[in-house]
Amino acid sequence: MRFHTPKTFEQAATIAAGASGLTRFLAGGTDVLVQLRAAIVTPDDLIDLKHIPGVKDISRTAEGGWRIGIAVSGAELGRHTGVCADWPGVVEGMQLVGSTQVQGRATLVGNLCNGSPAADSVPGMMAAGAMVSVIGPQGSRAVAVEDIPAGPSRTTLLPGEVITAIVLPPRGAHGGDAYLRFIPRTEMDIAVVGVAVNLRRDGARITEARIALGAVGPKVMLAPAAAQAIMGTTLDEAALAALSAAAIAASTPISDKRGTATFRKDIVGVLVQRAARIAYARAEGASA
Amino acid sequence: MPKDDLKTAYRLVGTRPNRPDGLDKVTGRARYGADISAPGMLHAAVVRSPHAHARIVRIDASKALALDGVKAVITRADFPTGLTGDDWNLQENTLAGDVALYDGHAVAAVAATSKLLAQDAARLVEVEYEVLPHVIDVDAAMQPDAPIIRAGTADHSVPEGMHPNVVKYIEFGHGDMDAGFAAADLVRAQSYKTEATHQGYIEPHACLGQMGEDGKGEMWVCTQGQWYIRRMCSAVLGTEASQLRVTPSEIGGGFGGKTTIFMEPLALALSRKAGGRPVKLVMSRAEVLRATGPTASASMDVKMGMKADGTITAASVNFRMQGGAFIGSSPVGEALSCALACYTVPAVFHQGYEVLANRPKAAAYRAPGSPMAAFAVESLLDEMCVELGLDALVVRLKNAAREGAKASYGPTYNRIGLVESLEAAMAHANLKVPLGPNQGRGSAAGFWFNHGGETSVSLAIGEDGTVTVSVGTPDVGGSRASLGMMTAETLGIAYESVRVNIVETGALGVNEPTHGSRATFASGLAAVEAAKQAIAQMCARAAAEWGIDAEAVEWLDGAAVPAGPNAGKFPPMSIAEIGAKMGSTGGPISGHHEVTAGGVGASFGAHVVDVEVDPETGRTTVLRYLVVQDAGRAIHPAYVEGQYQGGAVQGIGWALNEEYVYGADGRLQNTVFLDYRIPVASDLPMIDTVIVEVPNPGHPYGVRGVGETGITPPLPALANAIAAATGARLRSLPMSPPKVLAAIKAKAHG
Amino acid sequence: MSKIHVSTTVNGDAVEFLADPRDTLLDCLRDQLGLTGTKEGCGTGDCGACSVQLDGVLVCSCLVLGAEAEGKTVATVEGLSTGPDLHPLQRKFIEHAALQCGFCTPGILVAANALLAQNPDPTETEVRYWLAGNLCRCTGYDKIIRAVMDAGAEMRGVN
Repeated sequence: MRFHTPKTFEQAATIAAGASGLTRFLAGGTDVLVQLRAAIVTPDDLIDLKHIPGVKDISRTAEGGWRIGIAVSGAELGRHTGVCADWPGVVEGMQLVGSTQVQGRATLVGNLCNGSPAADSVPGMMAAGAMVSVIGPQGSRAVAVEDIPAGPSRTTLLPGEVITAIVLPPRGAHGGDAYLRFIPRTEMDIAVVGVAVNLRRDGARITEARIALGAVGPKVMLAPAAAQAIMGTTLDEAALAALSAAAIAASTPISDKRGTATFRKDIVGVLVQRAARIAYARAEGASA
Repeated sequence: MPKDDLKTAYRLVGTRPNRPDGLDKVTGRARYGADISAPGMLHAAVVRSPHAHARIVRIDASKALALDGVKAVITRADFPTGLTGDDWNLQENTLAGDVALYDGHAVAAVAATSKLLAQDAARLVEVEYEVLPHVIDVDAAMQPDAPIIRAGTADHSVPEGMHPNVVKYIEFGHGDMDAGFAAADLVRAQSYKTEATHQGYIEPHACLGQMGEDGKGEMWVCTQGQWYIRRMCSAVLGTEASQLRVTPSEIGGGFGGKTTIFMEPLALALSRKAGGRPVKLVMSRAEVLRATGPTASASMDVKMGMKADGTITAASVNFRMQGGAFIGSSPVGEALSCALACYTVPAVFHQGYEVLANRPKAAAYRAPGSPMAAFAVESLLDEMCVELGLDALVVRLKNAAREGAKASYGPTYNRIGLVESLEAAMAHANLKVPLGPNQGRGSAAGFWFNHGGETSVSLAIGEDGTVTVSVGTPDVGGSRASLGMMTAETLGIAYESVRVNIVETGALGVNEPTHGSRATFASGLAAVEAAKQAIAQMCARAAAEWGIDAEAVEWLDGAAVPAGPNAGKFPPMSIAEIGAKMGSTGGPISGHHEVTAGGVGASFGAHVVDVEVDPETGRTTVLRYLVVQDAGRAIHPAYVEGQYQGGAVQGIGWALNEEYVYGADGRLQNTVFLDYRIPVASDLPMIDTVIVEVPNPGHPYGVRGVGETGITPPLPALANAIAAATGARLRSLPMSPPKVLAAIKAKAHG
Repeated sequence: MSKIHVSTTVNGDAVEFLADPRDTLLDCLRDQLGLTGTKEGCGTGDCGACSVQLDGVLVCSCLVLGAEAEGKTVATVEGLSTGPDLHPLQRKFIEHAALQCGFCTPGILVAANALLAQNPDPTETEVRYWLAGNLCRCTGYDKIIRAVMDAGAEMRGVN
């Protein structure tokens, strides 16, 4: 295994594009090292991105959103008052990844690129409408987070492509988001189900909604029908029931060591209601 | 001396001094299994079967051996043949012979100049398998169509016509069962299942072994019992036990799982093959979970008769347990003996079957067999109390085993403390806390025999009057402190003046491991006897100096004194004075005691837990937890509490989320702590403890073992609490959220 | 496979070692530098026994490559107290009998020290969640939590 410490993303992409064997990018390392240790994935080239200037930065975009560097850890994200105020659902998703120790290293981009259907930070980013900036042999492009996962442990990124930042949109007025997951213990588990809800209110009425579901399909996915179920409503009981039904209908879970398909369907219906209530309450408190 | 007279007279027993090894353990200096290296050391890695059951057609190590730095590869062909009985089981488990019997079964091992190189080389060892049908579940393994794991293994006890996977049958009981059930107002029978769990010690198995062509060897190893390592390694390798010197490292948890061997002979065999270079072998967590000794899984039927007033009139149990692919590894016998041990029941009958399955060879796990048995019996007792409208703790007290009663498993109980434990539980403030919606309270009683066993202890007086105690029981949770306290108490000297060393196999006679809750009991008993021998010698030295009879000297507060006014007037001669002169007064002074310790006192306990269950997700939260248990005498109460708390939390894990999960392919699915879900700090409240002290008359300080009983009641106590909270009765462990939610839904629809 | 030369600072001392690119920081601490106080319980970041601080951030050293330590500062259990006096956490762990086998203890001490540095007066719940990634199988956590809170109180000058 060769270990590289490029100083620019262009260099990183060049190394990756020129590599003949297996390549992995190293940011927080909390997935890469586990796979390396267990000999699940032993890259021929490991490219540490943390020496690239700016990868630890969080900055306002011109539009009023947030640009988050690829090496910003969960702990650092959680200490950023601006992002926490705008996108609490994104932050709480990220902060549920692993232990305090893992929070010191794990990153949003790493969680996304690991390709796990149960990734805790991904539903929140998807529901928020986050984009990622990508650089590669064909140049740069911006990709919606929902277009990155391709299936378990797979992404749509092309060989040599590397994500350079995550961009959260402007929060805007009267919006709120939330992420909830179900795990058997209180900490240290992989999500059995994850649900992120992002919505905007006009008074009591919901005017925009995006809902993303984790661990109930081969990849984290948006559930437009679930979002539609609460659009225009005041999140009354009927809307919540429709929301629950739509989320369950959108789910195609498997039974595995972490939970049965039946259980996951039950839980997605419960969590989507709970997350929607939190997002709805946050939106009420939010100002322009 | 009558034990109760001693109760308030202790200077040290019952206090909470700092443990002697605390400093090393908070500074990182304590040396565990993987912390030692040796000059010229090689590193080993193990090749393991990815199949649950497969014939080994061919092993080709040529590519591994071709790597620079690879020094040796061993397979079963490097081991002697002709072993029988348990020695054969140990050898077969160390390295598979013709057939790999479970996912993770070792088939070869490699030694190389670095850890990474050894791992790379292990991956280059080519093993050709012919996959065979496998069976994982204990009930499935008994079915007529189950694949046969090893024909001809069954012993003579098994009734004719049973599947060859049934290898042992046990039955015993007493009383008239028909009359007992006829006398009951309510007779109920239910079936229960528990899944295998792992001890989950945080330190993976690790050893450093060296052996020459002459069969002389040394080993540094994390173990609960260095003599067991010596005997078992020697048996597997065909070498002489006394030629192997085994030194125990500090041990990072064992809970029974480090009372046997798994990979230790591999290090020695690799060393011998690599020209005697020392070989270090450290397991990964996945290897620990796949290929060490979890506990058995169990399928159990219980039938009980009860009068309307709660009197138990009869009870029968029928347990099936698998302990892997090796006869004698399941604790079915212990489970049967523990099942009804808490109660005096006129008619009891026990039947048990040991069954082979394609799983790793089970090892002891804290009160082996007792937690499963308690889950079945204490759950049914609770169900019947609910049906009869009785308080389960009152019913337990009504039927509780007492001194002089015939135990369900045969003997007559000596002084025991179940009644006192139940009464203390019933009086505890936790039982008065009002419960809210979706909350429930559950209780259960528990039992463990405790154990004495082969014990050898030496004690030596130093030139300055300080004392060294050499014991053979590794310190898993503070036994250096308790042994030092009892020794200092007996000698009448300061606790700090005693050093307790855990010594290697060459330094003492054979000791059993720290198992069966025996370290403080048995090594303590022997240390006290050794101290008394030393005291007798010191009194004799003083007597000689004073020119009086040895019988006229007694030992008081760390000094020899004249026994009375008639003995003469001499100032006390302190242990320091005697030690300073011992070279010229007759030579070194020591004490030594070896015994197969009897006088064991069983430990009973009662637990009460409050839970809240999320009715929409089935997740259980433990709100408060009470452990009450009879310690006999708590030498160091803080470490007794630690045993109670740790045992309870392991039981909570077993009850709620821990389980071995196998795929259809027979492979273990959850080989990391991420998915083998032991309780984490945020899962738990403080664990309230009450130490009951009903001294054991069989020990000089009244000690009973305290290590094991505490894991027994949590399984049924949680089940009973969840039933109280939800109305849904879980009869299968773990009571993980999917199962609890399914039970809640079934009840709502049923 | 060529090794990487790494210069770093461990417990205040400048050190150098050669790391295989696959070696974790934990491997390097234990095998190259002889600092065996940091333990490996899982190798997957699930048990916390290998906790160290890397540039002041609490991490699992099994999830950091040795090569990543270049130019950084590492703090392990061996650096918790350097003089004759123990760190209050170390003392309280002994006093409260907050260890049985002691194998998880170094990682818990390092993690608790990081907690108290940023939150000198944590609630019981905060301690429990902060330490959720530090598995202990012996104690049931009760005495560990008490020891951490008592150490925090002493460090705040409450008792």
